[in-house]
Amino acid sequence: MKKEEAKKQVLSILVENQPGALARIAGLFSGRGYNIESLAVAPTMDAAVSRMTIMTRGDHAVLEQIKKQLNKLINVLKVVEVRKRRSVQRELAMVKVTASAEDRTELMRIVEIFRGRVVDVSHESYTVEITGKTAKIEAFLELVKPMKVGDVARTGPIALNREPL
Amino acid sequence: MRLKGTQILKEVLREEEVEVVFGLPGGTVIDIYDELLGSEIRNIVVRHEQAAVHAADGYARAAGKVGVSLVTSGPGATNTVSGIASAYMDSVPLVVLCGQVPTYLIGNDAFQEVDISGITRPCTKHNYLVRRVEDLARILKEAFHIARSGRPGPVLVDLPKDVMCARTRYRPVERLELKSYRPVYDPKCKPLARAVELIGRSRRPLVLAGGGVLLSGASAELRAFARKIRAPVTSTLMGLGAFPASDPLWIGMLGMHGTRAANMSTASCDLLIAVGARFDDRVTGKVDAFARQAEIIHIDIDPTSIRKNVPATVPIVGDCRVALQKLNRLLARDNGSPPESRQAWLQEIDAWKRGQVRYRRRENVIKPQQVIEELFRLTAGEAIITTEVGQNQMWTAQYYPFDEPNRLITSGGLGCMGFGLPAAIGAQVASPDRLVVDVAGDGSIQMNIQELATAVQYGLPVKVVILNNRYLGMVRQWQELFYDRRYAGTPVDVAPDFVKLAEAYGAQGLRALTPDEVVPVLEKGLCSRKPALMDFRVAREEGVYPMVPAGAPLTRMLTAPGEEDLLEGPARRA
Repeated sequence: MKKEEAKKQVLSILVENQPGALARIAGLFSGRGYNIESLAVAPTMDAAVSRMTIMTRGDHAVLEQIKKQLNKLINVLKVVEVRKRRSVQRELAMVKVTASAEDRTELMRIVEIFRGRVVDVSHESYTVEITGKTAKIEAFLELVKPMKVGDVARTGPIALNREPL
Repeated sequence: MRLKGTQILKEVLREEEVEVVFGLPGGTVIDIYDELLGSEIRNIVVRHEQAAVHAADGYARAAGKVGVSLVTSGPGATNTVSGIASAYMDSVPLVVLCGQVPTYLIGNDAFQEVDISGITRPCTKHNYLVRRVEDLARILKEAFHIARSGRPGPVLVDLPKDVMCARTRYRPVERLELKSYRPVYDPKCKPLARAVELIGRSRRPLVLAGGGVLLSGASAELRAFARKIRAPVTSTLMGLGAFPASDPLWIGMLGMHGTRAANMSTASCDLLIAVGARFDDRVTGKVDAFARQAEIIHIDIDPTSIRKNVPATVPIVGDCRVALQKLNRLLARDNGSPPESRQAWLQEIDAWKRGQVRYRRRENVIKPQQVIEELFRLTAGEAIITTEVGQNQMWTAQYYPFDEPNRLITSGGLGCMGFGLPAAIGAQVASPDRLVVDVAGDGSIQMNIQELATAVQYGLPVKVVILNNRYLGMVRQWQELFYDRRYAGTPVDVAPDFVKLAEAYGAQGLRALTPDEVVPVLEKGLCSRKPALMDFRVAREEGVYPMVPAGAPLTRMLTAPGEEDLLEGPARRA
């Protein structure tokens, strides 16, 4: 088949909340050489069903195969391709920034611009919570880089397609 | 009614009409063996758990039912993995029941504990660990349903000892509620109509039959289809027997060791109709060069098989049998292109067929192909043939033509040496009145030769034909062709005396050293009432030809060095 450029794709997967279901999906990706850039999973309103949001990468043929392979798993209920437009995507990041006295004002200003929140304070550091599209999180991290950034925890994107109006 | 876990298992096995279980007992399954003792469910106890799964595989394919294995936890479970992986690749419906340590010990590295559901996740269609006896009946029913429906495959159920000894109220499971597992049997109309259109337009159509034709029982439909559209038919290894080899439209197997006609025709066909095949690399050769001039109609029940390795112009997701029935009905109505327009194509194919590569017999040494040809003649092509893996398997595919489905039982996808003998045992259990022959090499027969004891114990008169060249022959052939004849690791000069070994097991042992001994030994062995092992000392460095080097286009077929003339002109023999 023709080689074309790999593109990013977010998949939203409804999966039965069974032991081993996550391992099945993760194993499918690693066993077949597919790429997982991020993965977020939690139960839905139905406790028996979890939603998994996976960001992957591949050309058209690979993405088609990934969707088919996922659908083939007995525990997978539904696989939805998250559209690039007409969807809402969010990621949450918590960032520990070691801010000296002179940096703190600048940090606070950046946090405010990004509509983040300081959720923990100590003598040496602020822990900042920030939500938004992945690009926004990355822009924030870029801006605070000159200050000393400690631990960073990110959820990876979660997403839902928009409903028609 | 309150039943024990083991009793529930027995009930479900009865409901599923399981006649036989292949296995080997151990600590965690004593209770199950105890329960089955004296029941109408037959226990065939093998000598190694890999054989339990291969035997269930052979049984499943010969009987057209779900094969069942029962093994203990830990090493019993890990020993099944090769068998499960082979059945998975070849889409064979199996339920593998594994003992497990009690639930309160799981995760503690208990004696003979292993996470077998974790280990087999990538090579089962689905698997389960039963945590509560209340779930047991439902899970077992689901396991059988999943194994046999859609694209069949092995399902493993891990059974902790305490769950099997616990009691619960038992009611037969009436309805399964698998939320998202609904295999599509009935193909959509639109692609079928489009297929008919392409078929009508095609001047050089080719039909490729895969194992899916056998699994869906579509041989009769395939026959009608090919005759209606007057297209030549080739098949994969797994598809042999799907179309009668004696039919004039048959052009032989495709791929690395395929016939000249089959390989050449893929390069110039304008339409390839693949039915239940998945385009394995051994079938396509260099994938970019495969069927380049052809549009491809691809029928398969598993959507992941379509567009995985080759593009499909018309993908048809559905059961091969249903799809062919529908196509046949549409074609009967269709008065498009007269099949006469395909005459030139069929003539071209015939020319390739006449140029089929043969082998030369010799006066003083047995040729392995000759053994297979005589085996075919003496069995009138009606035996159930299992094979090991390697040269023996390919010579069988080339020189034992199959007219009926399910007569060849071989480990196609995984290529699992040691498959043939236990598979023959399973097939013999399924078909006690049929002649079952395992075609083996001296290398692979030694991988599960201990199963001769099983055959003797249960009075299963399977026959083993060993093509003994004292090499791991297929690898040796690659070394001869591509590694400058450096035979690293392939000579297996030290082997048991197979005749004495057979006798030691209580089977019959026979040997042929010269060509004139071939037929007498076969006659004697095949007529024996006991399991018989026949040791044919064959030409050591005979190769399987034609051969397409791995990764080369199918049209690049090699013949034996110095015998290039065998590729041209009509068949000839010295």
